Amino acid sequence: MNAIAKNQQTWLQALRSDALTQFAAQGFPSPRAEEWRYTNVSAIEKKRFLPVSDAQTAVDVTDILTAYQLKEAWSLVLVDGCFHADLSLLDGLPEAVAVMSMANALDSEAETLQRTLGQAVSAMEHGFVAFNTAHFTDGLFVRIAAKQVLTKPIQVLHIATQADSLTATRTVIIAETMAAVELVETFVGIDNSYLSAAVTEVFVEDNAAVTLTKVQCEADKAYHFGGTYVKQARNARFTHHNFAFGSLLARCDIHSDLEDAAECELNGLYLGAKRQHLDNHTRIHHNKPHGISRELYKGILDDRARGVFQGRVIVAEDAQKTDSTMNNRNLLLSADAEADTKPQLEIYADDVKCGHGVTVGQLDDKSIFYLQSRAIDEETARNMLTFAFANEMVNKINIPALHDLVLAEVLKRFPQQGIEQDLL
Amino acid sequence: MLSIKNLTVSVGDKQILKGINLEIKAGEIHAIMGPNGSGKSTLSHILSGKGGYEVTGGAVTYQGKDLLEMPPEIRAREGVFLAFQYPVEIAGVSNIYLLKAALNSVRKYHGLSEVDAMDFLTLIKEKVRLLEMDEKFLYRAVNEGFSGGEKKRNEILQMAILEPKLCILDETDSGLDIDALKVVSEGVNSLRSPDRAFIMVTHYQRLLDYIKPDYVHVLAHGQIVKSGGAELALELEEKGYSWVEAA
Ligand SMILES: Nc1ncnc2c1ncn2[C@@H]1O[C@H](COP(=O)(O)OP(=O)(O)O)[C@@H](O)[C@H]1O
Ligand SMILES: [Mg+2]
Repeated sequence: MNAIAKNQQTWLQALRSDALTQFAAQGFPSPRAEEWRYTNVSAIEKKRFLPVSDAQTAVDVTDILTAYQLKEAWSLVLVDGCFHADLSLLDGLPEAVAVMSMANALDSEAETLQRTLGQAVSAMEHGFVAFNTAHFTDGLFVRIAAKQVLTKPIQVLHIATQADSLTATRTVIIAETMAAVELVETFVGIDNSYLSAAVTEVFVEDNAAVTLTKVQCEADKAYHFGGTYVKQARNARFTHHNFAFGSLLARCDIHSDLEDAAECELNGLYLGAKRQHLDNHTRIHHNKPHGISRELYKGILDDRARGVFQGRVIVAEDAQKTDSTMNNRNLLLSADAEADTKPQLEIYADDVKCGHGVTVGQLDDKSIFYLQSRAIDEETARNMLTFAFANEMVNKINIPALHDLVLAEVLKRFPQQGIEQDLL
Repeated sequence: MLSIKNLTVSVGDKQILKGINLEIKAGEIHAIMGPNGSGKSTLSHILSGKGGYEVTGGAVTYQGKDLLEMPPEIRAREGVFLAFQYPVEIAGVSNIYLLKAALNSVRKYHGLSEVDAMDFLTLIKEKVRLLEMDEKFLYRAVNEGFSGGEKKRNEILQMAILEPKLCILDETDSGLDIDALKVVSEGVNSLRSPDRAFIMVTHYQRLLDYIKPDYVHVLAHGQIVKSGGAELALELEEKGYSWVEAA
């Protein structure tokens, strides 16, 4: 049943049992905790999601693969939290690159994992991380040897097929010195209520570069918790694109710790409608001098949807010459939609350049008039501008197949009138 | 083509245009000059249908129709074009996308089919060359990160593609260096035709060295205080606005 049951190394047992104790003591976070005051997860406890058992019937995922498995990429497929080699495309990987399921990695990369798993985030962080650490069934392991530059992206495709299921997956990504890699995490599910809790740890070593794109397209009734925790060594570059489209309730935490002259770019787009609650929490910790961080999160909220952005930038006393910007922009399309935004700067160094800005509002009248003056009617102008607001984030994706995949997801969620795809 | 009669416009309690009268025939070029704050942009905005102003009196007839009744996009489809003093930046919409969407809505209004993709590319490439712009601009977001001069060229590019009947240029010359001014002027001159009229709003006379107006009007404190031929612009250059403002 549990793919990892056989990997009972003592270090892992210890890690899991500590996490279990932690989880037993604190449970899932309560809105009383400052970092969770906008996120009410009590529904998850009431729902009684259960791990997937072997007895449950397999579901055909061909259509999902057609829509979401990237062409021109290596991809690893996890169905209900377990690796499926038959669905995955991992042929032709360079020798210096290890891409495998977490379950396999616990055997063949045990030493590396003992050094890394749980090092970018501890079970103390909060209940979801504790829960994930105690119970993860599988996940993705990637290690790019020093100086390797990957020409194709690596995708991990998480597919949830079972109603009322609970999956916990763990991913570890290591880019050694001067390596470069692009990764994609895609979350999709069949139309059910379920919970997926995924924790990803990323280690970007000296001068290495990692771009990670998360595309969260969970089913409408699903609950999603995703935590991405990053360690950036000297001169390391990390770029994250975070697309939150699906789920009834989704919470995403992204934390990065930066050493000397490391660069971190965090981009996010959340599109909420109906009663969706989409929550994004970022924390960039500049520990050492000359770090650069650039953050832009955008949200479009319709109906009764609620979007949350809590962004913290911490500049340690030692982190002189830090250069950081953080922006959150929200577009409310309905009077009942809500955006809560809370940027926080905590600066302990004195010679830094840090800025932040937030906006919550409607479309800009000047832009609407500009388009009208170019013969475009008001409704089309509004559609174009709303789409454009989102498209700015889609255009940041460099991988053509991924760009098109994300664009298709965005278009699904917009009124089509006035948006001509052939020119995008 | 355009007839403005005793037009008065306010924002809140403040009256900005205080009785404008102007007759413009097809084929003519009218320059409107005047000091900052005299109401030039307000007049341009009113003609193109921008909201936020109150027309308190007067009438504007365009090609026999009540212009003030039309929503802005209908005015544009009927051939009114404003090259903005401060063009708006629109992230996420490429220039070429806007050009095609604009051209197609004009065509649709006149009962024409959508422009053929190849014809469209040929057309915009020709106009891009005319304005000595880099083709890369077509694929960049509308005006985003463009310099002041690039934005003005981009306005004229849109105008060249839409081929309007009444072209209103609001301080298109400001922010242009002399080379850019020549290029933009050539672009405008290439559009001159017996069935097209121009309103050139400008603060300085130098634009009029390149685009020779038929009439020059001086706007001060919301009124046209003097009208004349091209020579009036030269006189203004010499004597300054105080000369007419006092009159
Ligand atoms: N929306 C507005 N609200 C209040 N005052 C305005 C507004 N628009 C223009 N004005 C005022 O009207 C006057 C004319 O402005 P404008 O038409 O921009 O002049 P110009 O283009 O000639 O420099 C100025 O005093 C300006 O401050
Ligand atoms: Mg002006």
